[in-house]
Amino acid sequence: MSAAVQGRAGGRRIRPFDWRHNPGFGFFTALIMLFLYVPLVVLVVFSFNANHFVTVWTGFSLHWFVRVAHNGDIRHAAYISVIVGVMATICSTMIAIAAALGFERGGSFRGETSAMGLVMMPLVVPEIVTAITTLIFFSSIGFHYGVLNLVIAHTVFCIPFAMLPIQARLRAIGTGYEDAARDLYGDEWRIFLRITLPLMVPGIMAGSILAFVTSLDDFLISFMVSSAGSTTLPVYVYGMMRLGVTPEVNAISAILLVISAALALVAFLISRPNEAGAAAGGTVAATTN
Amino acid sequence: MIKLRPVFWLLLPAVGVIFVFGAIPLLISLVYSFLTANPYGGVAMPPTFSSYVQMLFDQDFDGSLVFMPDYIWIAVRSLYLALLTTMLSLAVGFPVAWYIVCQSPNRRKVLLTLVSLPFWINTLIRTYCWILILRDEGLINGFLKWLGIIQHPLPLLYNQGAILLGLVYTFLPFMVLPIYATLERLDPRLIEAAYDLYANRWQLFRRVIWPLTKPGIAAGTVLVFAPALGAFLQPDLLGGGKQLLIGSLIEMQFTSSRNWPFGAALSMLVTFAVLVALAWQSRRSKAGAEARA
Amino acid sequence: MLHMAALKTSTDGDRARMASVALSDADRPVTRMVPQPDPLRHLIEVVQVEKIFGDPTNGHKALEAINVSIEEKEFFTLLGPSGCGKTTLLRMIAGFEHPTTGEIRLQGRDVASLPPRTRPVNMVFQNYALFPHLTVAQNVAFGLEMLNWKKPDIAARVNETLALVKLDTFRQRKPAQLSGGQQQRVALARALAPRPQVLLLDEPLSALDLKLRREMQFELKRLQRETGITFVLVTHDQEEALAMSDRLAVMNTGRIQQIGTPEEIYDNPANRFVADFIGEANLIPGAALGRNASVVIAVRPERVALASPDMPARLRGVVDSATFLGSDTLMEVTVPSGRVRARIRGAARLAPGTEVGLAWPADAERELAD
Repeated sequence: MSAAVQGRAGGRRIRPFDWRHNPGFGFFTALIMLFLYVPLVVLVVFSFNANHFVTVWTGFSLHWFVRVAHNGDIRHAAYISVIVGVMATICSTMIAIAAALGFERGGSFRGETSAMGLVMMPLVVPEIVTAITTLIFFSSIGFHYGVLNLVIAHTVFCIPFAMLPIQARLRAIGTGYEDAARDLYGDEWRIFLRITLPLMVPGIMAGSILAFVTSLDDFLISFMVSSAGSTTLPVYVYGMMRLGVTPEVNAISAILLVISAALALVAFLISRPNEAGAAAGGTVAATTN
Repeated sequence: MIKLRPVFWLLLPAVGVIFVFGAIPLLISLVYSFLTANPYGGVAMPPTFSSYVQMLFDQDFDGSLVFMPDYIWIAVRSLYLALLTTMLSLAVGFPVAWYIVCQSPNRRKVLLTLVSLPFWINTLIRTYCWILILRDEGLINGFLKWLGIIQHPLPLLYNQGAILLGLVYTFLPFMVLPIYATLERLDPRLIEAAYDLYANRWQLFRRVIWPLTKPGIAAGTVLVFAPALGAFLQPDLLGGGKQLLIGSLIEMQFTSSRNWPFGAALSMLVTFAVLVALAWQSRRSKAGAEARA
Repeated sequence: MLHMAALKTSTDGDRARMASVALSDADRPVTRMVPQPDPLRHLIEVVQVEKIFGDPTNGHKALEAINVSIEEKEFFTLLGPSGCGKTTLLRMIAGFEHPTTGEIRLQGRDVASLPPRTRPVNMVFQNYALFPHLTVAQNVAFGLEMLNWKKPDIAARVNETLALVKLDTFRQRKPAQLSGGQQQRVALARALAPRPQVLLLDEPLSALDLKLRREMQFELKRLQRETGITFVLVTHDQEEALAMSDRLAVMNTGRIQQIGTPEEIYDNPANRFVADFIGEANLIPGAALGRNASVVIAVRPERVALASPDMPARLRGVVDSATFLGSDTLMEVTVPSGRVRARIRGAARLAPGTEVGLAWPADAERELAD
């Protein structure tokens, strides 16, 4: 502190040695951030483009959003996406709450590592493999119920995403409050309702939002599992993309992008920063332990 | 009667659901890979190895098997692109992770959020963004034409470079986050001790940081490699289907080619490669844990 | 003072109520829970308790051959360095840990295997563990709700207890809106509200600054006097232990070293560890004083006097340093067997290197087995 003051007084800043200061790394990181975000910004900007050449800017317009809103097929696909997303979120969050409690409060037990490995399996297996094995599974048992197939498939891969923030939250709370409640004559069920559950709420909110986003974003698994009547929005958009780059694709893509990003941000804000990190890098915990 | 602990009931739904709808399908697919293809989709009897034979040989008109390297080339190309993606992500991701660790807690939070946010955005749409930028009438070609540097658009899209770009773009967060997680746990006093003992930046990196970050690097490597190997969208949208990769090949078996056993067999191949990578990583992170101790 | 009278009269009724709860929840039938005058029975008896963490044959032995009796209305302290097993013992009395062997008796009943909620014992946790989503009043009411008290009774008891800890005006605050000292009081109120027979305090003052800690020491003594509840305190701070306790147990490496009143322990340390841990002590090998070589002699620095070289002295040495501390001076004297510290009243300006004799009265010596 005093060195900085003196440095300024001398008209020349003295930079004390600090290993945290690495010249060039900040610039490099800024470039990478541009690399990550410029394409997204390009999409959103061009979705407001007035003409139909898509990447030649001629003026601001909401025309293509209106077109999208009037497209019955898109509306139906969006409806399917929301139904599947909500159902899968509810199922996976309930399952994830129980599982997080089991892992964090169940004590150690034989096969804990295997159980964790199995629950994290959807994170490690490549999507294409999950997609075709699920397709084969439903076909082999003759299970063809449209939206229900999608809900089941989505629930499976949403479980780990819902569980990680809840688990992180439970770990952050610690067992101290529950011990105190036990000391104050609480039985396990009332302790859960009065103490553990209310304290878990931020984790549950973050987990359920992330599960919903994961479901909403999924393309490949839905693409393989969905049938004629149960096309989700990303699958429909993919079909549009295959036909060519059009302003409608831009508009609907921009909508999906903004919804996903906004929901993920909300989830980050709800859960504490460390837990958000855990949620985002959830796969880290799954594979480094 | 055996009294089951509550933990059993708590884990039962998760373990049960993922076992029935995640693990069993893998086993069924393994069985399918040994069955005969039904040209109308699905499978038929009798059991056969033909799906695996098909990866290496083609059946000639007279029924004799002829060695055919096409699928091997696809596998090699997929492997090569996945490895290249992993290496590029590491080269780019490590400095970013290091920079984030060096920031104040508040800036770390912001930067981490920025790095992880794209992960939650639809891969389909993130990939599509690059079409807007790279295609013939796209942003880059349009800009260069406007400057008068080029007359005809550069072929930026529909090649291996575009696929690679898309893969790195999609999976970079998977590399940054685990490396960041291990760097964050690094005791800053180790770094200060190394500087105190006359290390320069490169020596510090080579002798202290890199060895201690190995578990995170191993985790990031698997997290990028596994999905990159099975990638479908990036080669499909950015490669334009010209550069066939194993992910697209699998997809084709269930859509246009209708050869489910072959698709199942290819999936088993990808799963096997991922398992090998996981085993490698778990050995690496154990070695890293020992180095830390 | 009025509410104190009400408090006193309600205590017995509460105990009966508590007893009935314990009776309905206990895993085995309870014969006697309501206290009856019995001069031979202690409130808490810890009998031959051993605790091994992990593998029973070669796991970590946290507690060994522990025998303690705690009386009613007593302020009892478990004192020892960190890792000595004092918190484990406290958690055992609360019911969070179970002894590997031995018994924990509460009013004669072995409770060693009973869960915490069946014991009329409440705890003030080290970091208070106040429920962050509940208000002060809700925190204090929690135990009473769990005991299925009626609403008006709960309200009355919460008011009474908050008045007792002087927090009446903070009922609607959340714990995060309170200072450390106030949180401490809420934790006390929460644990006292069900009027337990024993209040357990796990390093309750360690999170407070020095001034507040002194204040809370008086406060805890007052609460104990006014409620007549037995307090069992765990601390590593010997000053705190000496100042507050009726009796204390000094623990080290999982064993009890000595039990006694603060005076007994200070004046008659049972062994080398106690002499060294409680206050300051010079531990002089017996051989240096012409005694049996297998003993050490403990002498408190404040009992050591300086003698001029020509006067008779127990030990002779050379002044190493003299540190003026205000009310007295700390002398370090190098003697043939090592170093001896002496606290001399007032200023004693002796230059390092000065030869001095060291003397002390015979009753200042304690002979300890090495």
